[in-house]
Amino acid sequence: MNRIADRFAALKREGRGALVTFLEGYDPDPATSLAILRGLPGAGADVIEIGVPFTDPMADGPSIQKAGLRALKAGATLAGVLALVRDFRKEDAATPVVLMGYFNPVLSYGVDRFCNDAAASGVDGLIMVDVPPEEADEIEPQAKANGLDLIRLVAPTTDEARLPRVLAATTGFVYYVAITGITGTRSASGADLSAAIPRLRPHTDLPICIGFGIRTPEKAAEAARIADGAVVGTALVETLAASLDDQGRAKPDTVRKVLDHVRALAEAVRGVKSAA
Amino acid sequence: MNKPLPNSFRQGPDGRGRFGQFGGRFVAETLMPLILEVERAYEEAKTDAAFQTEWRRLLKDYVGRPSPLWLAERMTEHLRANSARDDLGAKVYFKREELNHTGAHKINAVLAQILLAKKMGKTRVIAETGAGQHGVATATACALFNLPCTVFMGATDVARQQPNVFRMKLLGAEVEPVTSGAATLKDAMNEALRYWVANVHDTYYCIGTVAGPHPYPVMVRDFQCVIGEETKQQILAAEGRLPDALVCAVGGGSSAMGLFHPFLDDEGVAMYGVEAAGRGVDTEEHAASITRGRPGVLHGNRTYLLQDADGQIQEAHSISAGLDYPGIGPEHSWLHEAGRVNYVTATDDEALEAFQVCSKLEGIIPALETAHGLAHVMKLAPTMPRDAIVVLNLSGRGDKDIFTVAHHLGVKL
Repeated sequence: MNRIADRFAALKREGRGALVTFLEGYDPDPATSLAILRGLPGAGADVIEIGVPFTDPMADGPSIQKAGLRALKAGATLAGVLALVRDFRKEDAATPVVLMGYFNPVLSYGVDRFCNDAAASGVDGLIMVDVPPEEADEIEPQAKANGLDLIRLVAPTTDEARLPRVLAATTGFVYYVAITGITGTRSASGADLSAAIPRLRPHTDLPICIGFGIRTPEKAAEAARIADGAVVGTALVETLAASLDDQGRAKPDTVRKVLDHVRALAEAVRGVKSAA
Repeated sequence: MNKPLPNSFRQGPDGRGRFGQFGGRFVAETLMPLILEVERAYEEAKTDAAFQTEWRRLLKDYVGRPSPLWLAERMTEHLRANSARDDLGAKVYFKREELNHTGAHKINAVLAQILLAKKMGKTRVIAETGAGQHGVATATACALFNLPCTVFMGATDVARQQPNVFRMKLLGAEVEPVTSGAATLKDAMNEALRYWVANVHDTYYCIGTVAGPHPYPVMVRDFQCVIGEETKQQILAAEGRLPDALVCAVGGGSSAMGLFHPFLDDEGVAMYGVEAAGRGVDTEEHAASITRGRPGVLHGNRTYLLQDADGQIQEAHSISAGLDYPGIGPEHSWLHEAGRVNYVTATDDEALEAFQVCSKLEGIIPALETAHGLAHVMKLAPTMPRDAIVVLNLSGRGDKDIFTVAHHLGVKL
């Protein structure tokens, strides 16, 4: 069974795009993080991305950098994030979970062991930000052997010559990085996205989700309409951060505030029909 | 023997930018096309006679190359006096990179990279800097070529390298203090990479060391090899033979690669890369990536890194801002595992001692980075025969460090 393919197939039947949410695992602490995770499907997240905290997240803007540091301070490790997924899976067998992060913690854990444990924990796909197709043999065989999708980033800088190569190495869905930049900074215009997505279609039959710079329900709805899904990360991470006390600890309404934000995004995404 | 030794240590990297298992191109997709563009431009520049002629002209008439090879007689006598026997105490030479314009070896590779940036049609330059030497060199080259320049520098380093910060500003560069992490070189590099991702269309990233994604490690090394090539000619002219040992401090390791690489296939030449041991390699405050780290992936390449059991990068510590980095160039990692170069360490205190001895005996105030190399020469030379020859890469001058040194010696300026 492949939860990612099943989920996108189901959404296609419904005629709408996906809301993909991103939050850093263990932010701001493991219990709150798990409570948010458990609430995400009910709040309308179709696919869940969990960030694996890393000290040096070179593709992330200040909000996600800070989230990573909060998580590390709360004791986050790769093993801890896998435990989080296992706990989530006890109550939810259907929602796809994708781990997004940087290669060094995986390398340190052991790539074989990681792919094996991730699959056993209920992870469906991986986004390794700093492993481009040129370095695919570092993790692709192990991911494949364990049935994990390797979701690749395609950027506005990915030219025609590279596009087939990048897309051929992708499984699960395609993550289109809407801007040349780091997470949570600028936003792409609808016109840019409307031009960019059809450029990808001839090279892939996979669903395409748009991320980076999608901050509002309107932008999420637009991305879900132009492509097959919208990834919202920084905006949710900022809602979480704003709910914390001055020591960076969760307050009683932290979980509710994040999930309310997810509900607003889901409502907007579900209000539009996908182009596909 | 199941693992034959390579017949040359000078062949790397392979087509993927790997030195053995080290190196590579671990960057986000947004940067990947640009990395490939830099690689193509560099490959072209290698055989572009006009490019090479212009770079050589700049090295000669602007930088002041060749830099002298100085027989450090008083240092040699001092170390002989400290040796255990009369027949010990090698002759010590200094390769005087501190005499280069801007006061360190960094300018060699910077000028070449700025020529490359021009060739690629880039209109902005960014750089990261630790001690400020690379930032000053980049700001200098950008002034010369009339390119806007932004230098990312950890806020901690901004505070401890004020003279260089002011220099960069005088040269017309913007200095962007970086406050994330420990606010040192690693964080400056993160921030420079983030800026680059957002500005790939017009910006060239001028990396200061032999690290980062391919082609930077090989490109910066090739541009720094002028150090070793000159040294080879100069020592042959002075002594009629090659040296017995080469010594150089290593942070990222560009000055060391520049000195070592032309000698890698000369069997009789021993090489010592000196890592910063900070307050000691058995404390948590050091920057000895090879001595105390293990292989991992950071800043686009696989190399030895200071990291915890979970693969989180640890903060480095060194009195010298230029060595305060938790990684090292991938070729060094490979040379370490191949056994060709010996990686040793010197503590903050040993570097401070060497800094003072060199100033008093030779009338040369070395950079604190360089003083780590010298600290090892001071251990090594007294154990070698009197007719042995040691060359230290005197990679930078220490004017920028006098405030730090004064502070550590309890002197108020």
